[in-house]
Amino acid sequence: MIKLEKRPQPSKRWTFATPIVAVLLTMFFGGVLFAALGQDPLVTIRTIFFDPLFSEFAWFYRPQLLIKGAPLVLIAIGLSFGFRAGIWNIGAEGQYIVGAICGAAVGLAFYPMESFIILPLMVVAGALGGLLWAMIPGLLRVKFGTNEILVSLMLVYVAEQLLASMALGALRNPEGMGFPGSRNLAQYPSATSWINQSAGMHWGVVTALIAVIFAYIALSRHIFGFNVRLSGQSPRAARFAGVNPGRLILICMGISGTLAGLAGLFEVAGPAGQVSIDFNVGYGFTAIIVAFLGRLHPVGILLAGGLMALTYIGGEIAQSNLGLPIAAIQILQGMLLFFLLAVDVLTNYRITLARKAH
Amino acid sequence: MTEPLLRLWGLTKAYPGVVANKDVSFDIGRGEVHALLGENGAGKSTLVKTIYGLVKPDSGTMTLEGEPFQPAEPRAARAAGVAMVFQHFSLFDAMNVAENIALGMENPPPQAEIAAQVRQVSDQYGLPLDPDRIVGELSAGERQRVEIIRCLLQDPKLLIMDEPTSVLTPQEVAILFETLRKLSRESTAILYISHKLEEIRALCDNATVLRLGQVVGTCDPRTTSARDMAELMVGSTLHVPHKEDKPAGETVLALKNLSAKAPHRFGTPLRDIVLEVRKGEVLGIGGVAGNGQDELVAALSGEMKTAKAMIHYKGQPIGNLAPNARRKIGILAAPEERMGHAAAPDMSLTENAILTAMTREKLTTNGFLHWAKARKFAEGVIAAFDVRTPGPQNAARSLSGGNLQKFVIGREIMQAPEVLVVNQPTWGVDASAAAAIRQALLDLAAKGAAVIVISQDLDELMEISDRFAALNEGRLSAPRPAAGLTVEEIGLMLGGAHDMEVAHVDA
Repeated sequence: MIKLEKRPQPSKRWTFATPIVAVLLTMFFGGVLFAALGQDPLVTIRTIFFDPLFSEFAWFYRPQLLIKGAPLVLIAIGLSFGFRAGIWNIGAEGQYIVGAICGAAVGLAFYPMESFIILPLMVVAGALGGLLWAMIPGLLRVKFGTNEILVSLMLVYVAEQLLASMALGALRNPEGMGFPGSRNLAQYPSATSWINQSAGMHWGVVTALIAVIFAYIALSRHIFGFNVRLSGQSPRAARFAGVNPGRLILICMGISGTLAGLAGLFEVAGPAGQVSIDFNVGYGFTAIIVAFLGRLHPVGILLAGGLMALTYIGGEIAQSNLGLPIAAIQILQGMLLFFLLAVDVLTNYRITLARKAH
Repeated sequence: MTEPLLRLWGLTKAYPGVVANKDVSFDIGRGEVHALLGENGAGKSTLVKTIYGLVKPDSGTMTLEGEPFQPAEPRAARAAGVAMVFQHFSLFDAMNVAENIALGMENPPPQAEIAAQVRQVSDQYGLPLDPDRIVGELSAGERQRVEIIRCLLQDPKLLIMDEPTSVLTPQEVAILFETLRKLSRESTAILYISHKLEEIRALCDNATVLRLGQVVGTCDPRTTSARDMAELMVGSTLHVPHKEDKPAGETVLALKNLSAKAPHRFGTPLRDIVLEVRKGEVLGIGGVAGNGQDELVAALSGEMKTAKAMIHYKGQPIGNLAPNARRKIGILAAPEERMGHAAAPDMSLTENAILTAMTREKLTTNGFLHWAKARKFAEGVIAAFDVRTPGPQNAARSLSGGNLQKFVIGREIMQAPEVLVVNQPTWGVDASAAAAIRQALLDLAAKGAAVIVISQDLDELMEISDRFAALNEGRLSAPRPAAGLTVEEIGLMLGGAHDMEVAHVDA
């Protein structure tokens, strides 16, 4: 009989091995899935995981990796604080949208003036937008004990409606021949987040890297990170250690909302360019997978964000070159999280072949 | 010589990595009250589970009244006349006494008949119990009576009792002992498991001492001193805490009509607690669990804030201060629950040192942690309090309960508090470690700190306290000097036997 036996302490080796094993299992079962769809599994896996980096067109795909990876990493870093503390902000997508709307609105308000101050103001507005949207579930949780999972998730749909209203109404491009969507901020020099478009560099990439460094220091060296971890593991011990649970909820929700708002602003002012009905592509949800794939560790999240971006780009290549349906790629991403959580059991448990009990 | 009721011969039971019982042999005679003594992990539970049919021995035999006795399951043991009262009750709160008793029967008779039987047995053995009452409303002592009567209805030849007095007030203990003596006179044998040596001396005819799974001695508890039995149990000379007489110091902590609502549904409100704690004294607070102990610790540690003026420290009102602000001025606490409250199980001992020592040991600068300093502090606690662990990098949950308790208490004492509040400092700790913890608390008081010890173990409180007070339903009795208090006085302070009369036993 196979039995799971709890380890006296989490295995260091498995903490590192889990993501790698999960990726390998995903590749294997993804291959099986693709074979069932009538594709050559080896070619498909190569197309998705290796071509974006090493094929002859890699020069075209590599900047794409930065563009896809940056918002994922930025949002996931923010989420990781709350997730470690047991605060489940599932609505980063909504905070991302509201951050983008607020930031873009500030930029559009200055159009066509040129000034170095415009982008910084947009950044502040984007951060505030995400922060305020995240404070709604945060305050409701602290004041009334509502469930932040449900409230933050539902606010995503509110944000989407708000986005549609903005793209069709207040922020619509007056010179856009009546088409929905705002002016293109990427073509407004004082408002664009691009640093070097052909290299895929924009301020969001820089901010994501800074966020990784700050998160690393906060979690490993600062009492705030200690309190976050303590609250997640033993809420009662955290209160005994003097952590104010309500304040911690607001801070964690605030960090994730702020970073998601920033990610939205940088996206809308660069790669997406304009506030349109559907500029958001679900980064806020994918970032949840990235956060867990990266073990809620800043460096892990950086790597996981890269990997997830890879499956996006590789998926697009597979879609156009091999005719693979987009749903197959989404299944692949889902598999990744599934296997990660499944293999994760081994960090805290070991498998033993128990003798038959009496 | 008459044949014994139960004879154990060479019982051995090994689990992977540990031998729970090794070649255990002893006899229990008819009507004998036999004590089974031993520290935690000495193999007492495995042995009684073997007798009760819950564990199958690897080798060895048992005979009951001369017949081979190999119960395959508790039902078989009960049929043969062996009954057991567990330490943790298995009763349904929402049902009444008679219904609970019926649930444990193979073919329960009608309710009215059970109720009549319960009344009869409860009269006969001086165990007052109303069969129609809902179990949820009963005190711990009354719940235990339900379990005992459930056993007595089977008319057992041998009754096994596992730590029966840990939840009882002294008066309830007296009632229980009268019942057990009466049973013994009616030639029901009793196997009595406990680590409370004075009780065993008062009740038992014979004692078998287990250590590391083996029988290390037998004695007549009526003529052997408690100290000798403890040493037999521990296997080494037991260090008895030494208390010095000293004049009472000035008041450092004063509770002025401390009241607080119950923090949750199963909590106890604190009601008008008035108390002054002086420098250099150990104040013992007794009481049965669930009478406000957790709430009192929370109010003192700062986890539960109260009105500012309800708690004064050196003349300053501090009732509204947060835990770390209290630590800063010198008030430290160690809650009862080690895993998940006093310590975070999945965190290393170094991290658990930071948990409370951050402020006083200055383990942070501008919020940045000094890991090396924290590690050194944790190593200091481990060395000073003899915590058995490979090192401070190990997770708290890898430590045994007693070792973690030493770490938790040591962590607070090493911070040189001016007021230390500890709840159940030696619960689940073996005798030698418990003695070390008590001595450390006395040493702390000798250096001038005020120490509040909350405990259910009255022997412990009498051993180390200068003054004693009792907590009952959130109210604290006026403290009295511990020296010279009698068991009866303590019992009255604890709230009596919850309106129960002492058993009338027919001569």
